[in-house]
Amino acid sequence: MSEGTKVPAIPSELMTLNVGPAHPATHGTLRLQLQLDGETIVNSACEIGYLHRGFEKQCEAVYYQFVIPYAERLNYMGPVHNSNAWCFACETMLGIEAPPRAQALRVITSEMGRIIDHAVCIGTNLVDIGALTNFWYMYNYREKIYDLYEELCGARMMVNYPRIGGVSLDAPDGWFDKLLRVIDEMQEAVGEVRALVERNRIFMDRTIGAGVITRELAISHGVTGPCLRAAGIPYDIRKAQPYWGYDKYDFEVPTAEGGDTYDRTVVRFQEMYESCKIIRQAVASMPAGPVMVDDHLVALPEKDKVYNTMEGLINHFKLVMHGIKPPVGEIYSATEGGCGEVGFYIVSDGSAKPWRVRIRPPCFANYSTFPKIIQGAMVADAIAALGSINIIAGELDR
Amino acid sequence: MTERAIMERVQARFGAEILSCYEFRGQCAITIRPAQLRPVLEWLRDEPGINTDWLMDVGGVDYLGFSPADGSGDDDREWRYEVVYQVYSMKLNHRFRVKVAVAEPDLVVPSVWDLWGIANWMEREVWDLYGIRFEGHPNLRRILCHDEFVGHALRKDYPINKRQKLTSPSENILCEKVEWA
Repeated sequence: MSEGTKVPAIPSELMTLNVGPAHPATHGTLRLQLQLDGETIVNSACEIGYLHRGFEKQCEAVYYQFVIPYAERLNYMGPVHNSNAWCFACETMLGIEAPPRAQALRVITSEMGRIIDHAVCIGTNLVDIGALTNFWYMYNYREKIYDLYEELCGARMMVNYPRIGGVSLDAPDGWFDKLLRVIDEMQEAVGEVRALVERNRIFMDRTIGAGVITRELAISHGVTGPCLRAAGIPYDIRKAQPYWGYDKYDFEVPTAEGGDTYDRTVVRFQEMYESCKIIRQAVASMPAGPVMVDDHLVALPEKDKVYNTMEGLINHFKLVMHGIKPPVGEIYSATEGGCGEVGFYIVSDGSAKPWRVRIRPPCFANYSTFPKIIQGAMVADAIAALGSINIIAGELDR
Repeated sequence: MTERAIMERVQARFGAEILSCYEFRGQCAITIRPAQLRPVLEWLRDEPGINTDWLMDVGGVDYLGFSPADGSGDDDREWRYEVVYQVYSMKLNHRFRVKVAVAEPDLVVPSVWDLWGIANWMEREVWDLYGIRFEGHPNLRRILCHDEFVGHALRKDYPINKRQKLTSPSENILCEKVEWA
């Protein structure tokens, strides 16, 4: 092109692109609308609610103990945590505490849930940006953890394991040894995936600087969990307001500085190690004793008593038919789920059904930052960032 | 600081403007009128020693027909709805709860979306499920239910098994500014 020749401006107009509601990169049903100038995102909006099934309304119609399986379906990637958290909230309401052994079992099942939650999140996020192998590695070990759940209580994914006042079953013989073996294997697998990913040129190029959640944005949007810790704020409810004896266990809260997609992945990797650490300690210091509180207003009597004594039968009947009745009051109970702060706000009118159950879903707060963090980025960055926020549509839409 | 100590300081500062105070299992809450919401939340955020700089949750409650089983007299509310704000101080590691009494027919609460970004979506949800409007909110559309939905699903007088089908999804969901989305 000779000196002085001017390229005429090419007339262009903004293009609107819909991602979802059913798109391989959304991992769940959510819709994202992007306005593009070339490949740059100039405006965007999220539409959620495709999985709205009225969880909160449903809770108002059933007894407290019947919410446990629903709660599990909020975060189906690390399912046991939310039902544990629901039982914990009800116990706070009732003013009781699960026995130490039940608390340790809750810690173990929740941490197993956190590991598979992160495993799936990392695996699918990597698939979105073109790395399929890790996905199989991670899913392989997820299956092993599901096997452990199955052996513990008969179900794999939606386990319905905890109960208000404790957990439903004690671990079978030899379960802890298997658990420790799987945890060792899991840790090894995480190491292999890390080796494939963390210093991988392509991965780094794709994720460093993509979808940055800054500290200010995180504070403003109530971002919690790995997304917050990747932004450099070491907030973890397990440390800040310990429950289930988390203060007894020695573990770190991994953080990073940049708050981008890469940092979120790295933080998740490290959290999986920390969860392994917690599980080992919980197994090593597993207290003996019962796994349910000794309170006939909360715990079902043993089957032997139900079948052979009148009192046991009446007690069983009363609990199943009339439910657990907490006092009049309201509480907010927060625990650290796989994606961040899972809060239950419960209002009780003293009857067996909650008057109001409000769940504070971590994904909801985390995802609300999304239009801001992809502003000015490329479409491919948006896909990478979307996976790394770990949106669980079941929890987002309730 | 314990939640009771926070409540005492809020009482000392806002006194007569507080409609009721509440304590249960060590958790405290105050109920205020909508007009006081922004001053109270901003004061809680900025007051040294309280510094609840995080808004964790916003949710509505419908008290239609609320009658506590123990006859504790907690049912003498003159308002039907409450909007509940859970605040948290990360630095000082304490929580607090602020409730806003919303009486019919004027279901309006000032929006705090400019103070906390999270309030944008959370307020949209309260609007969607309870029909409480947030004054000053830039994009008060339904968020969980669809645009053709009639009524507000979490109100106590909305039947639990009523379903409403969406005929066609909305074409455009973009906002003028990305901050509003």
